[in-house]
Amino acid sequence: MAELSVEIAGLRLRNPVMLASGILGETGSSLVRVAEAGAGAVVTKSIGAEPREGYPNPTVVELEAGIINAVGLANPGIAAYVDELKVTAQAEVPVIGSVFGKSEGEMSEIASLMEEAGVSAIELNLSCPHARNVGAELGKDPETVGSVVSAVKKSVHVPVFAKITPNVTDIVDAALAVANSRGDGIVAINTVKAMAICPETGRPFLSNRFGGLSGPAIKPIGVRCVYELYENVDIPIIGVGGILTGKDALEYLMAGATAVQIGSAAYYRGIEAFGRVVEEIGQFLDEYGYESVGDVVGIAHDGN
Amino acid sequence: MTGTRIVRVDRTDVECSHTVTIRFQDESLARPGQFVMVWIPGLDEVPMSFSYIGDLKGVTVHNVGEATAALHDARIGDKLGIRGPFGRDYRIEGESILFVSGGTGAASLMPALEVAVENKTRSTIVIGAKTASELIFVDRAISLGADVRISTDDGSKEYKGFASDLALQVLQDGSFDRVLTCGPERMMKTIVTACLEKGIPVQVSLERFMRCGMGICDSCSFGGLHVCVDGPVFDGKDVIEIEDFGVFRRSADGSKEVIS
Repeated sequence: MAELSVEIAGLRLRNPVMLASGILGETGSSLVRVAEAGAGAVVTKSIGAEPREGYPNPTVVELEAGIINAVGLANPGIAAYVDELKVTAQAEVPVIGSVFGKSEGEMSEIASLMEEAGVSAIELNLSCPHARNVGAELGKDPETVGSVVSAVKKSVHVPVFAKITPNVTDIVDAALAVANSRGDGIVAINTVKAMAICPETGRPFLSNRFGGLSGPAIKPIGVRCVYELYENVDIPIIGVGGILTGKDALEYLMAGATAVQIGSAAYYRGIEAFGRVVEEIGQFLDEYGYESVGDVVGIAHDGN
Repeated sequence: MTGTRIVRVDRTDVECSHTVTIRFQDESLARPGQFVMVWIPGLDEVPMSFSYIGDLKGVTVHNVGEATAALHDARIGDKLGIRGPFGRDYRIEGESILFVSGGTGAASLMPALEVAVENKTRSTIVIGAKTASELIFVDRAISLGADVRISTDDGSKEYKGFASDLALQVLQDGSFDRVLTCGPERMMKTIVTACLEKGIPVQVSLERFMRCGMGICDSCSFGGLHVCVDGPVFDGKDVIEIEDFGVFRRSADGSKEVIS
């Protein structure tokens, strides 16, 4: 059996398949259940300073090859979320706290409360494509990305990852800013900004009109982004976007990701998706004679 | 069925002062207890249990807020979007079933009652409401040939008291091998507790705020389970283990909200 455990920025994961932020992470009990379903780590829903209801429904529309959502960063606020993190103390895997905010100060404060509550790492949401003044609004500017990462790095001791947006001309710019600000890793990609219109009613489906596309449709975009990032930055990359199967995950690993995250797969394959993708990665590695996950990371690049 | 499809309102039936049923043509295969997300274009999208399955489907709407008020005002020919059917259905097994409905809970139970009667299952239904004018689906249940028992909180019709009180009496007097219940959560908790004590398998249908309906957004989290895909119909022996049951639900921002 191939070795499935991986290490990212000093964090040891039993396997490279993590839960992506925004999916099943609003409550501690759901995070525990995803861990029980086989994930190697779980990432919380993005948490802000104050309770936030998000956008009115419809917040989700299903298309043939993906899902567009504009939930709008609904979350109970960090003060209440600390109680959910008490529940995740039962999870047998690292819990990574996803943080969003309007400024580096606000994000640093939330990150440090998350650290106090026991998370193993911080993931900065610099990429939500459908919320004003937060997420991608900060993440589209590499200089802001750099200053947020620097500030949060100063306020916590756990590793800090930055989840960056594909909705820019060149994704490498933000990644370089993360690396230059001593960020511990890059998570790519967040959803792709998208829209669907209902012809019969002449209206956008989503109340927010625009949302973020996830699912199989965006896998080739994510793989391309990870490949480009691997050629340009030296910190670990966590690949995410449209992974449904072990082979999908292997594409990301071969493009250069050290680990992957899955989200929409929990719809396409149920919550069992986590364990199944891990199994499928293991079977593939065995079948093709690789001894560990690490053996395939970045092999799609010339000279590897 | 993938994605949102547009249907037109075929007819509307007034069930009582605050509740109407909206019927629409839809060929999806729905089973008793399943639900759809109903989109009122320009306003909202809400989960609704089917009160009628088959090709002329129906949802029954209690006017409690902006979205349900809009559904109340729906006219024949109006366009609605629907996604689904979603969720787990009632398992309709056994020789003798007791159905216990409080308020609009009757809507979700009626298709199950129809299937039970079709299967020649001895079917008894308790239909409860605050007052006689708020009772729904009594005639429908009678015309199916079910043994119908009625409770009103104010005693304006038949048994005076809660549906759960009448149901406990009916359970005591009769012999049932299954109980299906839908209504206020605290009522259902009373029923579940009584059934489990007597060793009668019981299923409940829960209601929660929902966004995706497909098991990913965590809005309807119920102790790590999700009402949209693991429910809305659950086994009583499973829900009784979950501390949320009859105690709290999640509001739109994910925080805990006490169930009154």
